Amino acid sequence: MNKKQKLTLARIIVAGVLLIIFNFFVDAPKFLKPILFLIPYFVVGYDILLKALKGIKNRQAFDENFLMAVATIGALGLAVWRSGDYVEAIAVMLFYQIGELFQSVAIGKSRKNISALMDIRPDYAMIERDGKLERVDPEEVEIGTVITVTSGEKIPIDGVIVEGHSSLDTGALTGESLPRDVKVGDEVISGCVNLSGVLKIETTREFYDSTASKILDLVENATSRKSKSENFITKFARVYTPAVCYSALALAILPPLFTGNFSQWLYRALTFLVISCPCALVISIPLTFFAGIGGASREGILIKGSNFLESLSKIACVIFDKTGTLTKGVFEVVAVHPDLRDENALLHLAAHVERYSTHPAANALRKAYPNEADDCKIENVEEIPGYGVRAIVNGEEVCVGSSKFMESIGAKWHPCKKSGTIIHIAINKIYAGHVVISDVIKNNSVEAIEKLKSMKIKTVMLTGDSEAVAHEVAEALGIENYYSELLPADKVQKAEELLKNYKVAFVGDGINDAPVLSRADVGIAMGALGSDAAIEAADVVLMDDDPLKISSAIKISRKSMQIVKQNIYFSIGVKLICLALGAVGLANMWLAVFADVGVMVIAVLNAIRVLF
Amino acid sequence: MKKSYKIDVDCASCADKMEQAALKTPGVKSAVVNFMTLKMTVEFEDGVDAHEVIKEVRENCKRVETECEIFI
Repeated sequence: MNKKQKLTLARIIVAGVLLIIFNFFVDAPKFLKPILFLIPYFVVGYDILLKALKGIKNRQAFDENFLMAVATIGALGLAVWRSGDYVEAIAVMLFYQIGELFQSVAIGKSRKNISALMDIRPDYAMIERDGKLERVDPEEVEIGTVITVTSGEKIPIDGVIVEGHSSLDTGALTGESLPRDVKVGDEVISGCVNLSGVLKIETTREFYDSTASKILDLVENATSRKSKSENFITKFARVYTPAVCYSALALAILPPLFTGNFSQWLYRALTFLVISCPCALVISIPLTFFAGIGGASREGILIKGSNFLESLSKIACVIFDKTGTLTKGVFEVVAVHPDLRDENALLHLAAHVERYSTHPAANALRKAYPNEADDCKIENVEEIPGYGVRAIVNGEEVCVGSSKFMESIGAKWHPCKKSGTIIHIAINKIYAGHVVISDVIKNNSVEAIEKLKSMKIKTVMLTGDSEAVAHEVAEALGIENYYSELLPADKVQKAEELLKNYKVAFVGDGINDAPVLSRADVGIAMGALGSDAAIEAADVVLMDDDPLKISSAIKISRKSMQIVKQNIYFSIGVKLICLALGAVGLANMWLAVFADVGVMVIAVLNAIRVLF
Repeated sequence: MKKSYKIDVDCASCADKMEQAALKTPGVKSAVVNFMTLKMTVEFEDGVDAHEVIKEVRENCKRVETECEIFI
């Protein structure tokens, strides 16, 4: 609690104690009573009265301080004039203050907690000067400076490791719990925590341009993009308060004209004023969104606006780009079918021939035979564009490449029933077999699709790849609809078609699919850590490349929206019921103020539930 | 030009009032108050002195909500 809140608490306690003493233990004569009871009233309510006066000066008719002042002064007036019940007016002021205090403490607390979830901002950087480590403001560190990060510290600025090795906890950024091992030459991003060893890092960016600062900016500003529910509730509040006040006025004047009994109707009107404060309505909705966005960022899901959290909850169809999203986007050897010699020997030869090639297929072959650099003799390496590579390995002529290549040298190749890219190998112009390389499905893709299906979400896959590859992947993952051999423009067109019937989310890796990302209702970029373009184009950014995060994101959004709806219906509902009961005289001021404060407490607590 | 300011305000509907007041200030193109992060983002019209305009905004905000602050 801050100073202001402590003061309010003290005032509430003092006023409460005075109220009890005066009411139960002091039997003051009638004419003294008003003066006596005014003491606790002023103790607990002086700031409200002052603010009300200022409000009148500034012509703020529906300022809630003004309304509370009118309601309580009115009730005091009634007490003097008729009932003699001073406790009620003071109690209303007392409970109103308790409510305001609770709200301010609860909001302050959750603001702090949620901000802590998102807090990856490093406070300092360490630079070695004259053999001593010095702490400096990270904003002052220039590009190319070598900074030191000891174990347990956050990396403050993006850079490259120049000395030391360690494992990094990337959890704050990606939600991933497994630490990542890093060594000299590796790029590291700010916001990760160094778990062991001392690292020296040469910075490659300025602080404000570093990953941690960028992500923080993004999440902090996310709640500034307001959702429809928030706009609804603020608009509602703008109408609600004046409407209740005018009805209070009508209630005080019109019925007594016909029935008389002026004081009874005045009391009911004052009850209305107590219920007219809109704060309980207005606060719980943005708080829910804030908590939802904070909770998502804890799992490595960055949602760029409350509006996107809202759209995410309504998604009925998720379109996946295949490569890099459902698959790893990296070619790997998936099968070796030798006609001559054995699998290992075939891979061995192929890897040797492809030693100098930079083709993706060559990378895959070298990866499949990791100790390629042995003492075999490789001579006369010749790359033939569109065909493949020819070389002399230990005196034998080895050709590695396409079926066309095999035909041109007269080797009798045969097709393979596995889908993927087939690389043929011939030794001394005699066909020796082939290697199948293909993109590999990510470990979590099957489960990710299953989860979406269980949430009744349609899944569609788009790819520029061949029909055979697309069919195999779609079948393995259980995706109902897929479209293959698409150019980037075709992808946009397919997305447009689906957009006509569904709320569509598009998931891509941010490479080449920016047009679809921005066209979809919600564009989700994956594995975007460090890729500025993807962060820019997408509405939701998954920090790592785990497709399971998509269903988590939708789940969080659905839960948040459910709570938003509960809060809207609940708080408006209770207020309307209290108004109705108040109008017919069934609700007194006690109930009104309890309803007001109670609704707010429950709505705020409900909002916090998003995080659990 | 867009600028972001730290603010202090007690309740959500007061924050909304500040937003309304800021929007009505001449020289302000758009204004968003974020109650959760206690920030006001103001987009100024072209060619105005942002510092002067934001002072005006602060004045207007204080008129509708006495206990608010914009840290310029």
